[in-house]
Formats: sequence, structure tokens, C-alpha cells
Amino acid sequence: MILNIDGFDAYCYTGGKPFDASLPTVVFLHGAQNDHSVWILQTRYFAHHGYGVLAVDLPGHGRSKGRALSSVEAMADWLLRVLDAAGVKEAALIGHSMGSLIALETSARAPERVAKLALVGTAYPMKVSDALLNAALNEEQTAIDMVNIWSHSSIAQKPSFPGPGFYVTGGGQRLMQYVSRHSEEKIFHIDFTACNSYANGEAAAQSVKCPTLFLLGKRDMMTPPKATATLTKAIAHAKTVLLDNCGHALMAEQPDAVLDTLYGFVRQSAN
Amino acid sequence: MSGPNYPGFDTLSLHAGAAPDPATGARATPIYLTSAYVFKDSDHAASLFNMERAGHVYSRISNPTNAVLEERIAALEGGVAGIATASGQAAMHLGLATIAGAGSHIVASRALYGGSQNLLAYTMKRFGIETTFVDPRDLDAWRAAIRPNTKVLFGESLGNPGLDVLNIPKIAEIAHENHLPLMVDSTFTTPYLLQPFAHGADLVFHSATKFLCGHGTAVGGLLVDGGRFDWQQAYEKTGRFAELCEPYDGFHGMVFAEESSVAPFSLRARREGLRDFGAVMSPHNAFAILQGVETLSLRMDKHVANTRKIVEFLVSHPAIESVSYPELESHPDHALAKSLLPKGCGAVFSFSIKGSRAAGQRFVESLGVFSHLANVGDAKSLVIHPASTTHFRVPTEQLKASGLTEGTMRLSVGLEDVDDLINDLARGLKAAQKGA
Repeated sequence: MILNIDGFDAYCYTGGKPFDASLPTVVFLHGAQNDHSVWILQTRYFAHHGYGVLAVDLPGHGRSKGRALSSVEAMADWLLRVLDAAGVKEAALIGHSMGSLIALETSARAPERVAKLALVGTAYPMKVSDALLNAALNEEQTAIDMVNIWSHSSIAQKPSFPGPGFYVTGGGQRLMQYVSRHSEEKIFHIDFTACNSYANGEAAAQSVKCPTLFLLGKRDMMTPPKATATLTKAIAHAKTVLLDNCGHALMAEQPDAVLDTLYGFVRQSAN
Repeated sequence: MSGPNYPGFDTLSLHAGAAPDPATGARATPIYLTSAYVFKDSDHAASLFNMERAGHVYSRISNPTNAVLEERIAALEGGVAGIATASGQAAMHLGLATIAGAGSHIVASRALYGGSQNLLAYTMKRFGIETTFVDPRDLDAWRAAIRPNTKVLFGESLGNPGLDVLNIPKIAEIAHENHLPLMVDSTFTTPYLLQPFAHGADLVFHSATKFLCGHGTAVGGLLVDGGRFDWQQAYEKTGRFAELCEPYDGFHGMVFAEESSVAPFSLRARREGLRDFGAVMSPHNAFAILQGVETLSLRMDKHVANTRKIVEFLVSHPAIESVSYPELESHPDHALAKSLLPKGCGAVFSFSIKGSRAAGQRFVESLGVFSHLANVGDAKSLVIHPASTTHFRVPTEQLKASGLTEGTMRLSVGLEDVDDLINDLARGLKAAQKGA
């Protein structure tokens, strides 16, 4: 589905079914230099089990046009405009990595529009090393490889993603290259800078009242579980689930466990 | 700057796609000889069928043993997905049939394995898919042959029978200028000697029967998706590849390019091609091929080392008319081979002995270590005399048009002690000359 936001096409994958705003809405937010396709299995399941699904491509990413946004706050405001355009008053927000910060900030800015919050592979502060920032600016392929290697805990994910026969590490690399090819900007650097400079995470977390889930990979090297301490402390009512045999690319490395955890969480009427 | 590293080729050869079996702890990949897989409940079944969960439903679509091989070859090629098929021919057919249909056109190198030539020239034509064959070295011919309905450019990394080295970077450039993918049959080179994706190719297939299996024990094919070709962009620019970019009625209106930004081709090839054509690999064969892949680099190094010594022996032998091997300066693709194939040009090559068809027959019949048969890529050395076997009805003049003479031999050099191989060939050449 294509929406027009700020004069630009904003692409939303809707899970293989037409979007129906009258259903409970679940919004999926991808991370840096990614697009909607990282959520493909989970979104299809939700869409075929009674939910309206919006898996966005952020501006400048994948199929969405326009310039990439330079701050988490701007991305949160953009997301609220997406909800307006889609006719969604309230949604469960599920964000991965940078997407988790967008979800968090959106819930702080418009708590009345966020029914539930699931932060997947998150951390705060989401500091990005100077080496990685520099690589993202000057040697993008090196940055892609660094992130790709650090995001996967194995070279043998089972049952693989999006299905048997797919080599997850290769797919991760190609997706980041694809996002890069589709933009004239240094998307990776813009995204990482936004993560690195986001300073409102603790305050945003302290304002969260809705049911919240932290879904983390035990072997995550990009956003290690211990790096969520500030957020988990601030959202004392949140539930935390740690996945075994899982790095930062949770949806690719443990697609079923991610789905089952998210679906169980979203289905619950309250924490 | 230096960063973390991906696992190396040998590590991937042993580990990519395979973890100790979660049920038993078995370290080797088990052979999952099962046709189907029990669903946990109805919802689980529906979600597997509808691509909401990853998993196995029926072994024609996927199988855990095959999946290890598929993921491993994808890793070794630097691609995103592999599909194991019943044979190399099935892999080629699956690759073409996924994006081509009645009214489509293919541009192919004319230096092809006979089976591939038959498939393109006769069988695909019967289904409305036309092929224009071009001299693989003539870049203008590739360009000129492209039509609005062309769907793919295709060639062999090392062509048949003269070992024409496919200029993958240049032909990929021509393909991409026209928003077309390049598919490469990389059987003779394997990912150890050449990774076509690194040079611009988009799809690769192997007859895994050959060097990947390596022991002449299993027939199988592997189709690999490089994940870099932008099908959506090609569709928007040219209208081609609606198969991947428009709703597919055969899978509930799925638009494969929306489901996967990088691998819509593999999604459709499996969801349609394996499902409907059904040319799937047996898990038994997948296991045999996996065993071969684990030692691929070791074997290929020795295959190449033996080949180089045999080429050296033959080049200086008085009974030899010509030797065609790209590492020789006399080969027309010598410079290209140096750049694309620095580790070696494989272990299959042709040479011609002086004399008639009968001399050729005496040669093959007197060999003791080389086996006379129609295969390549075995650990054991193999030989075939086209003029008395595959081309036995073909008149001499037509043989020449195919790049053959009455004395042309094709060798597949194995892993035996090279001195034994050279002695065997010397014995054969002596026998061939005796009747001259």
C-alpha cells in the first residue's frame, strides 16, 4: 500500500491482505538500512489472524520516497502522519533496533495512539562506535559487513528465513546493499547518527504506560541485552523475553520464537 | 579499515547451513528420508502453507537435508538462496522457467554442453521460448541479440568443448544495461575456482553431479540466487518480470517482490517451480553431495594440479595435434582466464590426437586408469572420445563445426597420482600411433 506523506510515496507492506483500519492495527518498524521485508513472516501471520498490518519502509528506505529523516523524533512524527493517512487512531507498535527507538519516541509523543509497545533488539543509549559511523560515511560496504557479521549469531539458522534454503547472512548483506542502491544519500550514516544522537529515550520510557515487551537476543552483539537496563528500569511494568541462539537479527534467526512472543503479547488484553 | 570477517571458504564448506541435529546431537547432517512433516495443529499447518512461518511441509517443496546443501551452496557462491534439484538440467530448467514463458526469448552462448543446447534449441522452443545462440566471445553479438521479450542471458563459465572462458563482467554489464539478469552454468569451475556473482552474474546453477559431489555417486543440481538483480526496477523500466512483480494467482495473489526485496526469484522458483514441476533432489543425493562439498577446495586444488601436469605432458607429445586449456598462451581466452580464474581453469579439457577416428578408438581402449564414460567431475579420471560416442553419427565436416576432430578427446582429470595418469595417457598415445 502506498500512502502520500509530506508529498512523497510512503510504502507500507500489509501482510499479503488489503489493509483494514477497522481491525486492531499492528505497526512494524524496521531498523537502520533495512526495509519492511525483515518482518515478512510475522506480518503475514498477524494479517491473516485478525489484525490490520502496516510494515512501513521509512522515508528513503526501500520503496518509500523522500529524504531519509535525520532524527528519531522526526521519524516518530512521520509515523504519526502515516497513522493519520491510514486512518488509524491507535496501534500496537513493534520496532526493531532503530525502529524500537521510533516506537518508543512515538509512544511518548502520542501515548493515546499507542496501545502496546514491543521493543525488539533494543538498547538505550543506542551508541554507535566512531569506527562504524566513519565506515557508514566513507566505506559503506565495510559498514554493511560489520553490521551483518555482528547481527548474526550463526551461519546455520534453522529453519532459516524466510524459509528453508535461504542463506540468512547473505540475505542480510544484500538487503543493506539494496537499501543503499535505492537512495542517493548515505542512509546508513543518517540512520546510525539518528540512533547515536537520540537523547530522549530514558524520559520517553518513563512516560510509557501501555503494555510493553522487550524481546532480546541472548547473543546480540549490536544491542546486547545488558544495554537495555536503562529502559527496562524505566518501564518497570514491561515484560522481557530473551531468545536463545539469537543475535541482533532476531526475525531472521528465530522467526517462530519472535512471532510467537509478539503474537502472544499483542493478543493479551493487558500485561 | 579492517573489520570483522566472514567465515572463509573452507569453514563455510563444512559449516554453512548445518548445525548439530537438534533432536539427536548428530554432528553430520542426517538424511531426512521423510515425505512430509507433522503439523503442531491446524493453525501451524495453515501458517506454513501461507508463508507466515518458515518450516517444512512436504519434501517436494523443502527438506531439512536438502536445505543444508542449499544454504551451503548459497554461502559458498556469495548468494542469498539455493534450490536443490533432481539434476543440473532440472536446475537450468527451473531457473529459466521461473522468469520465462511462452513468447519469451533467451540469449545464450553457443558454446554449451549438449544437454543445455538441446533444452534451449528444441525443448524450450516447443513451449514457446526461443533462444538466439551467439559466439560467447563476441560481445556485440550478445548486445545485438537482445529483444524486448528477452528474459535472460546465459552461458557457461567454461564453455563446451573448447573451454571458452565466459567474460562474465562484460556480459553482465550488457545484461544490466538492458535490465536483464545473467545466468551462468558454473559446473566446471565450482565456487572454489570462480564465484560468478562477484563478477556481476545474477543466477548460477551447477550440475552438482560433477565436482560438487565429486565422487560420481549422485545426480543433482543446484540453482543459486545472487540476490542483487533488481527485478522490481527492471519491471518498472521494461515491463519484464511480471512473474515476480505482479500478483500471482497461483499463490493467493502474492507479489514476490514485495515479500522479499532481494530474493523474489527464489521465492517463486520454490513456491511455483518446485511445487509444480517437482524436479526435486532426493535427500540421499543431497547428503552425498554435502560430503563432497566438505572437501571441495582440497579436491579442486589437486584436480587442477594434476590437470596442469597432464596439459604440460600432452603439449609436448609428438602424437598430439592440439590441446585446449585456457592456461595455455595459445588459448584465445588466456588473458581472461588469468584474470577470472587465477586458481585454475578446472580439470576438464579437450585435446586432439593425430590420426583418424580409429586412432582415437585405439587410444581410449588402451587406457587402464582413465575410465571411458560419459561424465566429468569424478574423483576418478575419465575420458570420452566424442567421435566414437556422443558424436558417432556425425560426419567429419560437421564435427569441425562443433569444434571437434576425429581425434578429439575430452578428459576429466581425477585425483590419482599424476604419474600414473601420465603413464596411462602415454600408453594410450603409443597404441593410437601404432596403427597409424
